[in-house]
Amino acid sequence: MASKRIIGAFAAAAAVALLTAGCVNQASTGGSTSGTSKIDLPVQTTIDVPKDAVLPAGDGKAKCDSGLTIAYIGAETGPNAQLGINIYNGVQLAIDQHNKANPDCQVQFKKFDTEGDPGKAPGVVTQAVNESDIVGVVGLPFSGESQATGGIFEQAGLVHITASATNPGLTKNGWTTFFRALGNDNVQGPAAAKFATGKLKAKKVYVVQDDSDYGIGLSTAVRKALGSHLAGTDKVTTGQKDFSATVSKILNAKPDAVYYSGYYAEGAPFDQQLVNKGYKGIFIGPDGVKDDQFIKLAGNASDNAYFTCPCIPGELIKSFNDQYQSAFNAAPGTYSIEGYDSATILLAGIDKGNTDRAKLKDWVKNYDADGLSKHYKWGPTGELAKSTVYGYKVDDGKIVSVGAIG
Amino acid sequence: MFATLLSLPAALPASVHTDNSWINFDVNSLVQNFWPATFDGLTFGAIYALVALGYTLVYGVLNLINFAHSEVFIMGCYGVVATLTTLGFGPSAPNLSLWAIILNLLLAMIVGMVFSVVTAFVVERVAYRPLRRRGASRLAFLITAIGASFSIQYLIFLIRGSNAEPAVTMFIPTPVFQVFGAIIDSQQLTIVIAAVIMMVFTDQYIRRSRVGRGIRAVAQDPDTATLMGVNRDRIIVTTFVIGGILAGAAALFYVMKVPSGVIYNGGFVLGIKAFAAAVLGGIGNVRGALLGGLLIGVIGNYGQLLLGDSQWSDVVAFIVLVLVLLVRPSGLLGQTLGRSRA
Repeated sequence: MASKRIIGAFAAAAAVALLTAGCVNQASTGGSTSGTSKIDLPVQTTIDVPKDAVLPAGDGKAKCDSGLTIAYIGAETGPNAQLGINIYNGVQLAIDQHNKANPDCQVQFKKFDTEGDPGKAPGVVTQAVNESDIVGVVGLPFSGESQATGGIFEQAGLVHITASATNPGLTKNGWTTFFRALGNDNVQGPAAAKFATGKLKAKKVYVVQDDSDYGIGLSTAVRKALGSHLAGTDKVTTGQKDFSATVSKILNAKPDAVYYSGYYAEGAPFDQQLVNKGYKGIFIGPDGVKDDQFIKLAGNASDNAYFTCPCIPGELIKSFNDQYQSAFNAAPGTYSIEGYDSATILLAGIDKGNTDRAKLKDWVKNYDADGLSKHYKWGPTGELAKSTVYGYKVDDGKIVSVGAIG
Repeated sequence: MFATLLSLPAALPASVHTDNSWINFDVNSLVQNFWPATFDGLTFGAIYALVALGYTLVYGVLNLINFAHSEVFIMGCYGVVATLTTLGFGPSAPNLSLWAIILNLLLAMIVGMVFSVVTAFVVERVAYRPLRRRGASRLAFLITAIGASFSIQYLIFLIRGSNAEPAVTMFIPTPVFQVFGAIIDSQQLTIVIAAVIMMVFTDQYIRRSRVGRGIRAVAQDPDTATLMGVNRDRIIVTTFVIGGILAGAAALFYVMKVPSGVIYNGGFVLGIKAFAAAVLGGIGNVRGALLGGLLIGVIGNYGQLLLGDSQWSDVVAFIVLVLVLLVRPSGLLGQTLGRSRA
């Protein structure tokens, strides 16, 4: 049949073409291995844990009505789902430990999937606030969806603690139900700039942002803090797969470092395309990029990557790390510990008899105690009084902490 | 490919941020990056052109815009990625000899082609042939095309989920030579050369071969062609198969160029652009698809540099398309497959 001949001919034609290109390819393989100017920062191996940190188990004597529910609302699927999975695993672990230790207070756990999409989140949150047994929420993980749904929580008087949304604008909406369990990007931005130009010795930093609330907000903070070290800026789009135009701009500007302000779904292919096009500098990503998925998606290209994150390296807290490992057969990820702490705060409130939405909201508002990751006490807007930013790097295919950077 | 288009409004964020001004013309960056952008644009253009051929050929013989062709393409991508992943390749480039790489790429391309061809074949059999038998109106075909696009897209979604497939890198592009200060790398060269060879071959095949004559005859006048002994159904299937083969080849080049771009709705934008390329060059015109594809690729890249935001890449390409159609409604090279003697 004719189509068979076509296939054969096409294959032959392609072979010829691949060959011609391949020959030149082989002739010039000299510079193909990446010679990134990696700076060897010492790896952090221990971390101080607050001695009297509140744990989910409590005193084991809590009594409460059955049917009380804590919800996780955020990405379970979607392009950046891993960041959400890290958090709800932390929540799950806290609730399991609580229920095991307190036979007379069994708290239910419900998960709602927003796919991390600001367009889908409002419907999901509306559905969740209408379930009256939900008294507290951990979420939403991302800034864009948090911005889109904060008003719904406010109306319902339902307290929610985000374990990861860092856009500074979120606490300027006058919401009384929103609490942030970590520092915001006005803390992360300057810390990132200091990390890049100080410890990483970059003289010129190129900043690339995506089109999310988070990416834009963080990029603004970083650019401001970089000052004269800023080599240029560019924008990419959520869901973008090809970055060749941005890459050629960057190669032209010859920066020492590229700061990508966005999530790993775009950050990983972006870094890969940068390195494949011959970029030799370092790549720095924020909390939205800091995940093992980044390494998985970018492969060897991720060797040049560093991260900044207002999250603490939870894997260094041995007890937490072991419990998480045995529960989920994986190491705790970015924000697992913040998710765990957030859930613990809600659980401690329930144990103390704050079993409706209004009471639990007041409980969180007046909370003042240590968690595993840090001390939790919120200001009037829902912003933590004190927070720390950590630096991370890719070391032998793993993300490891290099200590506090601001 | 309409599935994504229809769900777009829901995906828009509640508050759209514009951090300062609305549009900036960054002429400086366009001038600085002109040649790299041109060559990268040509690489993409070559991929668009291969996909555009599928739209153009089917339009030629059926007067039907086969909206499911973007899914024929993305199925090819899944074929390519599945092959390479099964062979054990991942996001890091393997340390293999040149011949081994070529062999693996060829194998992946053939599997990609098979995936695409099977998809195209099934679409023709299930979605179009029954309608043709019953003499359905052209509008019915169009709706079916959109339905087929939806169905395949969400079938992939069901099986593979909403995440992109992990990237597969076969080789790190190395610089080959320089033109006007812009580095041409081995990957760009491979893609453009292979794509152009395929397009020339397709053009000649349709121009000279017996089957090609049949395709042109059906395009010109289906009834007369049937009376002259051309098996219309077989010609239509062959057209779909050729479109599938080209889409499968485009799939390999796309996976090479954009390793992380294989996602269930990944064919959408590319399909739209390829369709635009076909229209720009003159739908139904084989050489027009080539010209249109290259132009859309290059213009999109210029637009992105000029306006400093990747979102503009598509906008500029379509503005140019509209402007060209205002002046030349039948596209740059005009003519349909039937009327052209090529």
